[in-house]
Amino acid sequence: MKFRIYRYDPDKDAQPYMRDYDIALEPTDRMLLDALVRIKAEDDSLSLRRSCREGVCGSDAMNINGRNGLACITRLADLKEPVELRPLPGLPVIRDLIVDMSQFFKQYHSIKPYLRNDAAPPSPDKERLQSPAEREELDGLYECILCACCSTSCPSFWWNPDKFVGPAGLLAAYRFIADTRDQATSERLDDLEDPYRLFRCHSIMNCVDVCPKGLNPTRAIGKIKDLMVRRMT
Amino acid sequence: MALPVRKFDAVIVGAGGAGMRASLQLAEAGLKVAVLSKVFPTRSHTVAAQGGIGASLGNMGEDSWLWHMYDTIKGSDYLGDQDAIEFMCRMAPQAVIELEHFGMPFDRNDDGTVYQRPFGGHSQNFGERPVQRSCCAADRTGHAMLHTLYQRNVRANTLFFVEWMALDIIRDPSGQVLGVTAMEMETGEIWIFHARATLFATGGAGRIFSASTNAFINTGDGLGMAARAGIPLEDMEFWQFHPTGVAGAGVLITEGVRGEGGYLLNKDGERFMERYAPTMKDLASRDVVSRAMATEIKEGRGAGKEADYILLKLDHLGLDVIEKRLPGIREIAKKFANVDPVKDPIPVVPTCHYQMGGIPTNYHGEVVVPAGGNPNSVVPGFYAAGECACASVHGANRLGTNSLTDLLVFGRASGDSVIRFLQENPGHKDLPKDAGDYSVQRVARLDGQTGGESVFEVGAEMRRTMQAHCGVFRFPDMLQSGVAKIKAVAERAKRTEIKDKSKTFNTARVEALELDNLIEVAVATLVSADARQESRGAHDRADFAKRDDVNWLKHTLWYREGSRLEYKPVNLKPLTAQTFEPKVRSY
Repeated sequence: MKFRIYRYDPDKDAQPYMRDYDIALEPTDRMLLDALVRIKAEDDSLSLRRSCREGVCGSDAMNINGRNGLACITRLADLKEPVELRPLPGLPVIRDLIVDMSQFFKQYHSIKPYLRNDAAPPSPDKERLQSPAEREELDGLYECILCACCSTSCPSFWWNPDKFVGPAGLLAAYRFIADTRDQATSERLDDLEDPYRLFRCHSIMNCVDVCPKGLNPTRAIGKIKDLMVRRMT
Repeated sequence: MALPVRKFDAVIVGAGGAGMRASLQLAEAGLKVAVLSKVFPTRSHTVAAQGGIGASLGNMGEDSWLWHMYDTIKGSDYLGDQDAIEFMCRMAPQAVIELEHFGMPFDRNDDGTVYQRPFGGHSQNFGERPVQRSCCAADRTGHAMLHTLYQRNVRANTLFFVEWMALDIIRDPSGQVLGVTAMEMETGEIWIFHARATLFATGGAGRIFSASTNAFINTGDGLGMAARAGIPLEDMEFWQFHPTGVAGAGVLITEGVRGEGGYLLNKDGERFMERYAPTMKDLASRDVVSRAMATEIKEGRGAGKEADYILLKLDHLGLDVIEKRLPGIREIAKKFANVDPVKDPIPVVPTCHYQMGGIPTNYHGEVVVPAGGNPNSVVPGFYAAGECACASVHGANRLGTNSLTDLLVFGRASGDSVIRFLQENPGHKDLPKDAGDYSVQRVARLDGQTGGESVFEVGAEMRRTMQAHCGVFRFPDMLQSGVAKIKAVAERAKRTEIKDKSKTFNTARVEALELDNLIEVAVATLVSADARQESRGAHDRADFAKRDDVNWLKHTLWYREGSRLEYKPVNLKPLTAQTFEPKVRSY
């Protein structure tokens, strides 16, 4: 199977280039990551991140034939040859398929991604109660794996990665707003009420299109906007 | 060559569940703590845990920590230390509640309490009937837990060194541990992390086998480092083969599927577990279920063209239950097995999953080694928790859900132990003059190696050897030849060569250094397995079919030097409860 892979090692390359690979696959090689492991066995200089190989750790996000996705759950059979692989767009490349994700995590951290509730729990040995319906509000939000496929496919994030929180961060923000146990909704809304942090989202919906977990950041962002409108009126 | 030095009160290696529960304890106590991780914390392998956390909350019916304790001891085939097991089971409810208070999105009951599902080997009233003890967030419990712990650490301002790989332990002549050397992957630079206390939470080494549910990063780094520093590895012959890895792919399908009512079928459509475990059936402990499956396959009752897998049926649970409780499983089955479990059964095989053994510790998370006649003498300044540690709560076989319980309880306990140690031992001890030399030499050897073998080839040979010689069923001749083979592979591992010499994010170098760790674990496993002449828990020998409490109710200790073995007694004395005397184990 044929691959064209973005290569760049700052130690020796003046600039990035695309390298062609043609490798023989085994019948057990089902996913793109299987092929990449095989390529790396032949050319150990190809650098990429990978870990769980089942789509839950979020390490091996990359741009696959022009679309962001996880190599470990992208079927080889579904890919057009030569398979063109590039690092996630919009972030600085450290080497080959490895990008510097600092900006992405900075935005995630900026929304204070932890439960905020200063009231002591009813009892140290009892859980805070939450009805199944209240808990269901978190479905489609808490499953995010921070792979960055969404934010790095978002033109608004490309333009303002330092100012726009981006789909992943905003999904996380709404995950806490939607949690009945979190008491910081108004502080969270205050923090996002900003021409850039939230309102740079123009519902382009690339994030929804690429999310490997099938999540919908645009809907979460819409809900945050609704809450903001509602508290103004 | 003098390496640059960073100084901390404590350094934690590994940012999975145990590492981040410990770091939270230290960061919230205001200590200067560094957490080193090969991957961004939420990518640690805890993220892949599915089914739940075992704790006797009793939300679904009567339960008690004593029953949980009994189940765990029985599950361990009586090799677990009963003080540590009592400690874990008593602390488990508090650990889960605390996690809920941190914001963990647990599933809920109608009364608002945390939902709990049945799980293998967990019972009411000392084995009478299955109990619902597994606290879960759908089938993504590990993911929810790891993210919650990371989030709480963000709140506590924990200092993470992301994509740093620890290389070696630094000990002074007295044996006290003074920190580690570590390589920053992005730059290739090696630093000394000089710490007053060092805690390993480096996870398991399931990647010694070809077929494994484990992530690529599970390379036993902590065990390799400990072994090279003269610390023995405990009970390494005991590896859990999870009954339900997706056939061919190895990806995990949670036991929660059977907890929710799924069951296993052979090619004749027979629910065969009824024959092997009349009471607990498909919810017997994992070693029992995996052996039953392997027996079915061996005797020609496997499904598929090659009759080499078993079917996991869950379509009868209905779309609603599957969507609500097992959505991740449906996703995995569709992607990796090409079946939609709403309609068709999932092809599964027993797959290497969990390392019961590890760095010997007591239930405080302190690393202990034989010294001066005491089999459990504390190594000052050194702690371990989670899968890399052997407390030993899992003994010869771990119960499902107890891995996450272990991470939470011993992550916290070891953090507390570090805090006490730091209070009693102010100030850094001086680093030895040659601190770091060993790591520098290892990396220099690798970078300068010519005419060596590829890391991939040597690694593949190691994995094949382990798979063929040390699987679910073990045979004397295979174990013996396996020892010779794996030692030969270990010799080859000393001469691995990488073509990539770049300083920048050199993952070839990382993989070579990981192989150095894996191979220690592989040798320890085969040597320990070959020596243990009985069948207990996950260690099943054709030539010694029965458990032998007279001769083998003891922990193995493997030392790297000379591949030497020692043994130490099992602690049968709980903290407050009565001893659970070893008896015949049936489910």
